[in-house]
Amino acid sequence: MSGFLAGLCVGVLPVLALGVWLGRRTARAKSLAGLGTPVEHATFETLHTASLAAPPLRAGLTEETARKSARKLRSLLGTDALCLTDRTGVLVWDGDGAHHRDEIMDRLAGALETGRGEAFRLTCDSLDCSVRWAVVAPLTVDDRVHGALVACAPRESAVLVRAAGEVARWVSVQLELADLDHSRTRLIEAEIKALRAQISPHFIFNSLAVIASFVRTDPERARELLLEFADFTRYSFRRHGDFTTLAEELHAIDHYLALVRARFGDRLSVTLQIAPEVLPVTLPFLCLQPLVENAVKHGLEGKAVSSGRCHIQITAQDAGAEALVVIEDDGAGMDPGLLRRILAREVSPSGGIGLSNVDDRLRQVYGDDYGLVIETATGAGMKITVRLPKYQPGVHSAGRPAGE
Amino acid sequence: MNSSYAIPAVALVVVATVLVGAFGLRISRTTSDFYVASRTVGPRLNAAAISGEYLSAASFLGIAGLVLVQGPDMLWYPVGYTAGYLVLLIFVAAPLRRSGAYTLPDFAEARLASQAVRRLAGAFVVGVGWLYLLPQLQGAGLTLTVLTRAPDWLGGVIVAVVVTATVAAGGMRSITFVQAFQYWLKLTALLVPALFLVLTWQHDGAPRHAFDEPATFREQRVVRVDDAIDLRLDRPLTVMVTGTVDGRTHTATRLELTAGTHHIERGTRLTFTRGAPVPEAWRSGGGDLSPSQAESREERPLYATYGLILATFLGTMGLPHVVVRFYTSPHGVAARRTTVAVLGLIGAFYLLPPVYGALGRLYAPELTLSGDPDAAVLLLPDRMIGGVGGDLLGALVAGGAFAAFLSTASGLTMAVAGVLTQDVLPSRGVRHFRLGTVLAMAVPLAASVLVGGLPVADAVGLAFAVSASSFCPLLVLGIWWRRLTPPGAAAGMLVGGGSALLAVAATMGGYPGEGAALHALLAWPALWSVPLGFLTMILVSLATPGRVPPGTASVLARFHLPEEVRSEVTA
Repeated sequence: MSGFLAGLCVGVLPVLALGVWLGRRTARAKSLAGLGTPVEHATFETLHTASLAAPPLRAGLTEETARKSARKLRSLLGTDALCLTDRTGVLVWDGDGAHHRDEIMDRLAGALETGRGEAFRLTCDSLDCSVRWAVVAPLTVDDRVHGALVACAPRESAVLVRAAGEVARWVSVQLELADLDHSRTRLIEAEIKALRAQISPHFIFNSLAVIASFVRTDPERARELLLEFADFTRYSFRRHGDFTTLAEELHAIDHYLALVRARFGDRLSVTLQIAPEVLPVTLPFLCLQPLVENAVKHGLEGKAVSSGRCHIQITAQDAGAEALVVIEDDGAGMDPGLLRRILAREVSPSGGIGLSNVDDRLRQVYGDDYGLVIETATGAGMKITVRLPKYQPGVHSAGRPAGE
Repeated sequence: MNSSYAIPAVALVVVATVLVGAFGLRISRTTSDFYVASRTVGPRLNAAAISGEYLSAASFLGIAGLVLVQGPDMLWYPVGYTAGYLVLLIFVAAPLRRSGAYTLPDFAEARLASQAVRRLAGAFVVGVGWLYLLPQLQGAGLTLTVLTRAPDWLGGVIVAVVVTATVAAGGMRSITFVQAFQYWLKLTALLVPALFLVLTWQHDGAPRHAFDEPATFREQRVVRVDDAIDLRLDRPLTVMVTGTVDGRTHTATRLELTAGTHHIERGTRLTFTRGAPVPEAWRSGGGDLSPSQAESREERPLYATYGLILATFLGTMGLPHVVVRFYTSPHGVAARRTTVAVLGLIGAFYLLPPVYGALGRLYAPELTLSGDPDAAVLLLPDRMIGGVGGDLLGALVAGGAFAAFLSTASGLTMAVAGVLTQDVLPSRGVRHFRLGTVLAMAVPLAASVLVGGLPVADAVGLAFAVSASSFCPLLVLGIWWRRLTPPGAAAGMLVGGGSALLAVAATMGGYPGEGAALHALLAWPALWSVPLGFLTMILVSLATPGRVPPGTASVLARFHLPEEVRSEVTA
């Protein structure tokens, strides 16, 4: 009896899984039939087709994206043949009459030059060719012609001319969006590059000044500090790879703190509590050091030189499939409202790029669930929590530098 | 057995586990100890952690029980459990670490860039994890029953509650230390009593007939039959009976049982004389639950041994809680060193359970009749040494056994809960991880209460078989074959792992019964399901050449190039 139960338990699981999967599949293919009048239904159909054609075009106008969207666009227009070209050649021909490819390109030159649509009769020797007329609508992004949409039909039709024009304009909007996407990516890339090159100049001046002050009194200490400085700058100026491991980032933070401590002496105390399990976690390069720098700044800000002491606590914990890094200081804190505006880029913070940039990069790499979590109030210190997934597709550390 | 020492020992292990887990790393350090604070886990510590997590109830209790019942053939179990790491070392360890994957679904996604394969791998992780958790809970129940006569399900519930509570509360933060501590605890708990037992055995004049067939009683022994059994006798046997035999009630009667089968009702006391052979027992209720124990040595086909070897050799690499620990190694080379150390540590441990099994055949052969041979490890100290010393050693063994259940169960629960949170439950977050933990433990707990009585080592063997037929093809082909495609991987896992899972279900459900040729095929599915999985994966991949994920070459390069070379290439 109990054996039967055991078998049942194990046997029922796959059936359950299959049921869930089937349920999700059928739920997805929701039918639009029986929803509204025939006219509304037709509108839905059209919008649905258009939305299906959009995603490939969001990646720009290439042979592959054109191929993926051409069939949808043709069913949107209801013509016998549809062709997408760029400035130099036909990208895709969907439908009948593909032998007109070369002829189309020859006669397209004018339209591509002027950016105005036209319609012309095609010359064809074969009698059963259904394609007699071609309607050309240029695709323009920022007033520059990127290519053309050509709809072919058996006879001339004003409706087709109008429709082709509208569809071409819609495609143009998608291409503009693709352009925007592209420039946004470039902007973020540039920003990451900017942040990584930007260890704060104040920090360099201060470090050098501190080292200078030790040169005569304590040459050995000055030498050590110079080496720390060299290690830190080597790490932050390195060129390869966008990602690093938590262990390396912590080492950079250690070098940084050694320099800061030389300047502030025992006004600054730091405790570390790091679970060794999370040290191999991969994370965006230089994304914790700015947070520590921020904590140092806030911790010592507005405190009298003699009495002000600051304590910083850095914790890295293992939390299942994520690592949890917490950086906490007991300094001046910040008004949450102001902080919110800084993170939204509405005001530029007094001293640098720190928090909002780290936040942006984390969101960009891991998704919006993984932004910074900051707990603070005026006079109550600040606690910054970073969640780092142990695995994320596409995130790989650049590996150990040779010789370490 | 005297429980006045054992219960504090078990409680001590539970409390120590919770404390090490919660506070093992709550030591704050100042920046001057930076290099101490941020030292990565060394291969030896990590290896102890992996071993601690790996050595489960099956290793601690099950192997001794199997050796006790079926003799030296069962030594294939410890050999297989160890050799699995050799395969892991050669084919998988370093590339898996370099892939950057934390769990098996992560690996599937990293290699094949497919969400569907990821979800499928997640489903198999949950399946294997549940199959593996079941015997841990049952082993705990058994241990507690032997110690205190508590009901069967209580031990399982205790382990389930302790593990769920600590994992869900985030108390397993310093899991590497906990698991390493558990390994040394388990080793001590078997090694120290084993030394005393071997000394006692020497003192007895070192009797050498441990594996004579059949086992015989060394002294007059009263056996209480807890479940109704059928005795199969080859020749007549004289016993004293109090209770019911073949439907007739006796009270302290000397009875000569003829050759043939005799039915013994539960609660009957049989007194065997010194030198009497131990008769072969046939459990009448639910006996077909036990593929390896129900069959005697002669009936166990050679095929079964091969099935077992294949499952354990290839199944280790797919165990969710083992894979997760490799992430702790800082790089591929360290992962390989760790695996070598694991081989050493586990090899050392597995020398001990067979000793208990062999001594069990000498000193407690009636365990095959009276109930659970899995209890041999727990009962031997009391039986052979006795007195306060025996009680203390017994308490040590009991504590070690609980360490085995706790460490494996918590590792598995974390792995299963991680997959449930990430891939099954709708959204992410700490609260969902808690829900995942409860879910991960609730299902096997319910199953163990419902099912009961599945021999520990068998259930683990089934988990290994499923893992070997689904994850082994995925890992080996994923790492070493560049033409693997997502449809191929999905089909291979479904066909290989699915058929093994169905065979497991059929076996547990008692189909098709004893003796049938089909029974052996279903009880040890690995021998046909692993090649089936590989073949399906290869053929479907070859049939869908267009679906080879773009970037396969660079992914494989990352798997196989040492990290130093990689950074030079990218620099």
